[in-house]
Amino acid sequence: MNPVVNKWQPRIVAFFCNWCTYTGADLAGVSRLKYAANVRIVRLMCSGRVDAQFIVAALARGADGVLIGGCHPGDCHYAEGNFKMLRRFELLKRMLADLGIEPERVRLEWISAAEGEKVRRVINTMTEQLLRLGPLQLPQRRAEWDRELEPVSAATPTQSL
Amino acid sequence: MSATNSNHLRIGFYICHCGHNIGAVVDCPAVARYVEQLPGVVLARDYKYMCSDPGQELIEKDIAEFRLNRVVVASCSPLLHERTFRSAIQAGGLNPFFFQMVNIREQDSWVHADPVAATEKAKALARAAVARVGLHCALEVHQMPINPAVLIVGGGIAGINAALTIARAGKQVYLVEREPSIGGHMAKFDKTFPTLDCAACILTPKMSEVGVHPNIKLWTYSEVTRVEGYVGNYQVTVQRRPRYVNEDLCTGCQECIAQCVYKEPKFPDRFNEGLGKRKPIYIPFPQATPQVVVIDPEVCLNFKRGQLTGKCKQTCLAACGERQAINFRQQSQLEQVQVGAIIIATGFQTFDARRVPQYGYGVFPNVYTALEVERLVNAAGPTAGEIVLRDGRRPESIGVIHCVGSRDQKTHAWCSRVCCMYSLKLAHLLHEHSGAELYNFYIDIRTPGKGYEEFYDKLLDEGVHFIRGRVGEVTDWAMTPEEENKLVLRVEDTLAGFVRRIPVDMVVLATGLEPQADAPAVRRLFNISCGSEGFFLERHPKLAPVSTFTDGVFIAGACQGPRDIPDTVAQAGAAAAEVLALIDAGHIEQEPNTARVIAEACSGCKTCLPLCPFTALTWDEARQQAVVNDALCKGCGTCVASCPSGALAQGLFEDEQVFAELEGLLNDSLQDTAP
Repeated sequence: MNPVVNKWQPRIVAFFCNWCTYTGADLAGVSRLKYAANVRIVRLMCSGRVDAQFIVAALARGADGVLIGGCHPGDCHYAEGNFKMLRRFELLKRMLADLGIEPERVRLEWISAAEGEKVRRVINTMTEQLLRLGPLQLPQRRAEWDRELEPVSAATPTQSL
Repeated sequence: MSATNSNHLRIGFYICHCGHNIGAVVDCPAVARYVEQLPGVVLARDYKYMCSDPGQELIEKDIAEFRLNRVVVASCSPLLHERTFRSAIQAGGLNPFFFQMVNIREQDSWVHADPVAATEKAKALARAAVARVGLHCALEVHQMPINPAVLIVGGGIAGINAALTIARAGKQVYLVEREPSIGGHMAKFDKTFPTLDCAACILTPKMSEVGVHPNIKLWTYSEVTRVEGYVGNYQVTVQRRPRYVNEDLCTGCQECIAQCVYKEPKFPDRFNEGLGKRKPIYIPFPQATPQVVVIDPEVCLNFKRGQLTGKCKQTCLAACGERQAINFRQQSQLEQVQVGAIIIATGFQTFDARRVPQYGYGVFPNVYTALEVERLVNAAGPTAGEIVLRDGRRPESIGVIHCVGSRDQKTHAWCSRVCCMYSLKLAHLLHEHSGAELYNFYIDIRTPGKGYEEFYDKLLDEGVHFIRGRVGEVTDWAMTPEEENKLVLRVEDTLAGFVRRIPVDMVVLATGLEPQADAPAVRRLFNISCGSEGFFLERHPKLAPVSTFTDGVFIAGACQGPRDIPDTVAQAGAAAAEVLALIDAGHIEQEPNTARVIAEACSGCKTCLPLCPFTALTWDEARQQAVVNDALCKGCGTCVASCPSGALAQGLFEDEQVFAELEGLLNDSLQDTAP
């Protein structure tokens, strides 16, 4: 069914904090390190700003993986925003598992402003993992779930599902 | 000018070639053509250098001519030029926040080799910015008052220079130094390269000036233990360790030292790198600033394991007499100060030569580190400048090994920058003081500086031997009668092309510079970053070399990386200028990315209150709602991400803006329609 199986490339949305990981990604650039072009970075001030809804929204809109990058524990520019993200992440992981989303698809990494090399490594390994996992296709899956409900909807036309 | 309705959006898009930096990888004209047909975009241009004056003027002109109400620029990192473009947009008559920047250099053209993939990525990033910018709001920059006082941490040559510059400008300076005296490493040096002027002669006048300057509060034997607040308004706690001597009463007469029950100095003298001895009550060196003695409770007879016992005859008390400056009951004190800016100048430590065991430091007594030799050749040092070895001999031949703990993958990969020059200087001084034959073992001689290469030429003329090759080992195992009772350096002479054995009486290890052992703790205290080698990280290696990622915190000197005295002084001046520019503005412009409560949505659940590390969120009992204190909010957005009711929002990072950005990033249904 999938028309582009052999050419398929995963799409990763990355939420990077302004102070550590985004700067680390800039350093990777300044150092001319080469990594997979599958990642699109969204800059936020702190990993603590990463609303769980952002992650779900990225997956729902067609991302095959989401990467969150924050300062190392103890190094947060805002003292502890990264810890808040960590707790949120642990909760979200369980929910995503229930949705049938593989744990490798959503990844949290501590990357400092000096770790351009780690930016490269993380993005490359994540791209490889996603290539092995294949497309997430959450929009298509949701359409499928909707179709499964069609007979029920037809049986109860007055009720909105 | 209101443009809240998407139908009225008039977006201008600009993509920068940055010479070949972007243009060689990303097909900029294709991206411009692609973006031009996106909804809301009225204009898309590609241009060689958007950050140049003509580039900025182009935006200004287009805003007027095409009635643009939003601008997107795809170029380098926003950390570099966001301000530049915001100013250009403001000059064009728009609110500067009707702008979004797309990073297609550091995070695209520089990191991807495939032009097709890089161009597709640039299109996606541009699409995201176009989708987002339509939801941008007009924002105002908040102005906050700034405290004009300055904290300087570290009283070496960097801290001293910065303190004097700022104090002379009429600002209050608090200078905190961990050791009993300011002066740092420079105070230990005999001469400075390449001019060979005496380090003390140029340093001590500055130290005295610091000591007496009315605008400088000097706290030695003290450490910063706590830093709170933000740029313009830091609260700093300084712990002053007890020196058991009242600084205000001590005149520095040193009678107490003479009268100490220890008639002879007995304990290793740290200032002299353990080569000399001192008493339990001491002054670190003759020109110490402040001129105040210190009692070491670890060795003073009146203490046992640091606890006061009173079992000594306390002859020092009698010597001090009526001044009563000595106080055995002195306790550590906490001082609290408010400052607007901070300069960190905590310097370096030298590499521990024991980590290279094949050079025998700590095993063979006649192997010295360069810093020890600095004290040995110093007229005020433990041997009064005589070159006397630990075994009492006078050396007839001396080997200087360069790059110990530098340019070595096993220890430190970096070049410590100063070792070549100080090795040449020490070779000159050792030759001058002892008449010994001098051998320098080097990998490369690096003399980049004014008069440095000429100094090297001078050494060649003086007959100092230079042998190119990294020394394999230093051994006392003699193979010939000439090698008996000598230290033999085994080295491959890479110019002659064979392995040599060179017997000498004394070996000097040119140890490199490394970050202070407590640099990670200092970094956390001031919330700044370290590079991978452990030196403090500057905001930008070229354009912001003394700034850090924390506003109001600056770095100067060797804590940022190995450097010599001229560079350190220049950097200290730069940091002082940055601080003065900051505090003389009188106020700080705060990025309008603070959080706000949407009153009608707040359910009063209090989830957000404990999340804020800055206590910017408080509870309004009357309205049963959370309230944000704008002055305390630093704009991280953690509370915004956590509010279950969506009742918190963050300027510049509104939920709908991020959602629009995600939609733009991932919706490539428009991809194939581009010409």
